[in-house]
Amino acid sequence: MLDKLIFEKSRSGRRAFAQAPAGDDIADIPDALRRGDRPVLPEASELQTVRHFTRLSQKNFSIDTQFYPLGSCTMKYNPRACNSLALLPGFANRHPLGPASHGQGFLTCMYELQEMLKAVTGMQGVSLTPMAGAQGELAGVAMIRAYHKARGDHERNEIIVPDAAHGTNPATATMCGCVVREIPTGPDGDVDIEALRSALGPKTAGIMLTNPSTLGVFERHIADVAALVHDAGGLLYYDGANLNAILGKVRPGDMGFDVIHMNLHKTFSTPHGGGGPGSGAVGVNRRLLPFLPIPVVGRDDVDGEPVYRWLEEEDVPQSIGRLSGFMGNAGVLLRAYVYMRMVGRDGMQRIAEYATLNANYLMARLADAGLELAFPGRRASHEFIITLRKDARQYDLTAMDVAKALLDRNYHAPTTYFPLLVPECLLIEPTETESKETLDGFVDALVAIVEDARHNGKTYKDAPYTMPVRRLDDVKAARQLDIRFDGE
Amino acid sequence: MQDILNGDENMSELPGDLLYTKEHEWLRKENDGSVTVGITDHAQSALGDLVYVELPEIDQELDAEGEMAVVESVKAASDVYAPIAGVVVEVNEELSDDPEKINADPYGDGWIVRIQPSADVDDADLMSPDDYQSFLDDLDD
Repeated sequence: MLDKLIFEKSRSGRRAFAQAPAGDDIADIPDALRRGDRPVLPEASELQTVRHFTRLSQKNFSIDTQFYPLGSCTMKYNPRACNSLALLPGFANRHPLGPASHGQGFLTCMYELQEMLKAVTGMQGVSLTPMAGAQGELAGVAMIRAYHKARGDHERNEIIVPDAAHGTNPATATMCGCVVREIPTGPDGDVDIEALRSALGPKTAGIMLTNPSTLGVFERHIADVAALVHDAGGLLYYDGANLNAILGKVRPGDMGFDVIHMNLHKTFSTPHGGGGPGSGAVGVNRRLLPFLPIPVVGRDDVDGEPVYRWLEEEDVPQSIGRLSGFMGNAGVLLRAYVYMRMVGRDGMQRIAEYATLNANYLMARLADAGLELAFPGRRASHEFIITLRKDARQYDLTAMDVAKALLDRNYHAPTTYFPLLVPECLLIEPTETESKETLDGFVDALVAIVEDARHNGKTYKDAPYTMPVRRLDDVKAARQLDIRFDGE
Repeated sequence: MQDILNGDENMSELPGDLLYTKEHEWLRKENDGSVTVGITDHAQSALGDLVYVELPEIDQELDAEGEMAVVESVKAASDVYAPIAGVVVEVNEELSDDPEKINADPYGDGWIVRIQPSADVDDADLMSPDDYQSFLDDLDD
């Protein structure tokens, strides 16, 4: 049953008086800036509003309520302490335009977060300013371009991207004015070295890689890839989407990467749902240091004491520029800071170990139960892929049907139909924060759905059955896009 | 088109008067020397219901294996590559409003573009219906 929209509950003249702003003196607003007609807003009482949004929130599938094995998204538990500490009044009430001398506590946290991210990635400098993974990518490729330009190397405008890459990688390169050169992946999931060799040349600006890749396997030839790209005069970009798998084990800087973006909302456990707010901090090695986007927190020593301040354009004249007005998503950055301090250096390694152990356990159990692995010869990193291509053909059970049927069994669906290389695939990432009991329950549910199709002829074409809405018509939604409520 | 098209059902009958590519496109040589191009039934089936088609401009010059059009389904967006070099002489404008024509009739109403080739089309670079069928069967181990 669908609830009514809050607009449909609206009654003319109904108010939440206790929430009304005190005073209605608009004398300070010039006539020209005042609106002439009333805005189309719902009119409801305070209790109606509380009930409406509480009910909506109860329908949410979230990491706080259900297992959420969404591959490539690292939906791990967000510890409550991170939230509580980020909301301390000293942080929450700090005015972003307040002088640095009044915000030394906050600036200290941001400086230390920059330092911790440098240490865990093996990079030489970090900027926290990008406010999403995609913006981090944009900053990263913009720095690669700025580097070549500063050297007078104007011809380098090609970015090499493996076909397994996240769709954001070619999009980013294109947004930065580069030409995308796609290279294939070999049958075992590693980059095709010969194809890479022939794609490299005097126009190569760089390569964008995710390691472990979106196929859930570690790129074993990364040292060769780095040497080839550097010898050709290009730079290596690390897409940090899968950083969780290697945390504290191996560092992108040591693999030869020149620039990296980190999704703090994935790896460092800041809230992730609802499209954000995210944080796509970027890290660089020495050769890209001058180009980091601002704001960045710098440290001066005054009479032997550290004093923190924002670096300005005159401090970093070659910077690609200011990407956010203040400090990126400050509240998200604080949560990541608290998380990293709680986990500590040793904890970082355990994150990678348990994320990998959980993924390999799930993979082994599903393979034993008769599901087909996309890369059966490879150990999983923190995620892995199963393909339902045979079930789709023989039993008309598609990846989409399985995903929807899982919702009825109270599990969020894994990522479906990505990476594009693997037909009818599910990309499954359990993360380190789940218990064995949860993983076993998920295996049982997934296997039961597939067995139902194989032995009982059930295809789940109409699933989900128990959700507030049934199977959505995603084709019609795309063809006849209608996203505006017209007040009727 | 290569990416998501590895392994799916290959049951449908292939029109005998067309030539095919490994990128799952078909070509038909017209009497006036031009060549009509579309994507195969296998391709549309693997992509699923199409929701958007981006067409090239008339008179646009195409390189062989260069990007020619984009087809987008609810699952994925895929580039369609030009199977031959040449100039675009006609595009199927109806696809802008009805991309599902490609799903419904990939070898007929779902044609995408007509190209005036810049050189003679070398059949050796293309596959006959039988060859394409074997190619599909091999994908599907």
